[in-house]
Amino acid sequence: MFTKLTVSELKLLFREPVPTFFSLLFPTILVVILGSIPSFREANPDIGGARVIDLYAGIAVTLTLAMLGLQVTPSVLALYREKGILRRLATTPARPSLLLGAQLAAALITAIVSSALALTVARLAFDVRLPSNFAGFVLAFLLAALGVFAIGMFISAVVPTGKAANTVGTLLFFPSMFFAGLWLPREAMPAALQRVGDFTPLGAGERALHEAMTGHWPSLLSATVLVGYLVVFGFGAARLFRWS
Amino acid sequence: MPVIEVKNLRKQYGETVAVRDVSFAVESGEIFGILGPNGAGKTTTAECVSGLRTADGGTITVLGRPPRDPALRRLVGVQLQESQLQDKITVREALELYSAFYPSPADWRQLAATLGLDDQLNARYGKLSGGRKQRLSIALALIGGPRIAILDELTTGLDPQARRDTWDLIESIRDTGVTIVLVTHFMEEASRLCDRVAVIDHGEVVALDSPAGLVNALSAEQRIRFRPSVPLDDPLLLAAPEVTAVLHHGPQVEVVGTGNLLQAVTSVLAAHQIIANDLRIEQANLDEAFVRLVGRD
Repeated sequence: MFTKLTVSELKLLFREPVPTFFSLLFPTILVVILGSIPSFREANPDIGGARVIDLYAGIAVTLTLAMLGLQVTPSVLALYREKGILRRLATTPARPSLLLGAQLAAALITAIVSSALALTVARLAFDVRLPSNFAGFVLAFLLAALGVFAIGMFISAVVPTGKAANTVGTLLFFPSMFFAGLWLPREAMPAALQRVGDFTPLGAGERALHEAMTGHWPSLLSATVLVGYLVVFGFGAARLFRWS
Repeated sequence: MPVIEVKNLRKQYGETVAVRDVSFAVESGEIFGILGPNGAGKTTTAECVSGLRTADGGTITVLGRPPRDPALRRLVGVQLQESQLQDKITVREALELYSAFYPSPADWRQLAATLGLDDQLNARYGKLSGGRKQRLSIALALIGGPRIAILDELTTGLDPQARRDTWDLIESIRDTGVTIVLVTHFMEEASRLCDRVAVIDHGEVVALDSPAGLVNALSAEQRIRFRPSVPLDDPLLLAAPEVTAVLHHGPQVEVVGTGNLLQAVTSVLAAHQIIANDLRIEQANLDEAFVRLVGRD
């Protein structure tokens, strides 16, 4: 039942061209565009001797998580409630919580495919090194995904409509991605700004991913921050979520 | 043994009492109507029976179980008012997905054919007409092969032809042994389909009977109109005990009375060799009975 629902959610997600483009392809396109700039492929002493494109491979992964977790999932779930789909499911042997789970699974699968695509292109086209601590990278990815998705669930729990979810998600998306380094990599930020970023979900997520890309384990701070978001917002969402 | 038993149901939202005191029992195999004006508490009653809402007072049993018992989810099919599907899901996908929720679902292809959806299987929900959406919604309520189907405002928004087709469909479903609870504010629908009707107003049951019983109980009065072949003296008709009044409208005579009025009038006319032209019997219908029951002053 859960597998069928997840497959159905994936199909429905891919029938929406705009979210599909942004969550599945845009991170890879970002890597391609930035990788095409010659100076971004050269070691840069300002960011500790790394290449800009090396950093953006990790940022592209947080980008897909932010798109799916803050924008796609909250508005889909709020719309499902608005349209009475969750209520209808409550009258069948499939509980509406199963649809929530299926939606999250579909988002996670999309994020994995999108990230794998971005990293593969980065590796093949621009010689970006794949995560040298792969287990650490998977851990960082899951922690970041769970933290961000918990926030998305919380948004869908508290907004009345799909449109409202979209607005709130977009408002959160830009500052979150700023701290993840979408416009200015964290390594190039002033120390104070970096410190603030460490406590934001996508800042912590990007840091944990970067640590794993460079052979380390996610730092205790990043892991704690992400688990904190998961617990606080996951619990809040579970308490506040209305089925109708 | 009733399949649904509701006793002294009470439900309020904050300060607003939606259902004050509702009791009824639905027998196996019948089409039971819940009738009432907007805001009377019909939908809340149906939602409590469906297990979607918890009652604040009273008891409900469905097939001998409390309404929120998970086992009922496969035994009771529900068609909710204003419940949609994802715009991009196709008819086939919705039918397949929802039939996967049940241990022994009905054959969805056959269901789609019965509901006239078989030529639209690849159409997306968002592109369907209102009538087709409604039919798909009915199909999803029946897809688990339920013993009870609760259908809320089944034909609202349908054109007259689609409405009649849907009524035929409901009768054919009942013929397969499914007990049906029909929430409606259409008198025509209730009198055509329902074996018994509970009329709810201001959160209380104000009448519970067959549609014909409701009409008879409330308006025993009948009216007969005709054009007599020769002028007629009122006392001739008033002599019959069934006749209470005789009115004249130009050449037309209108006789008001009770009981077997037609028999009384025709025997008087036959005795005097008067022919009744253009004879019409005006009988109260459920509409009038309803207005009298829930008439707001």
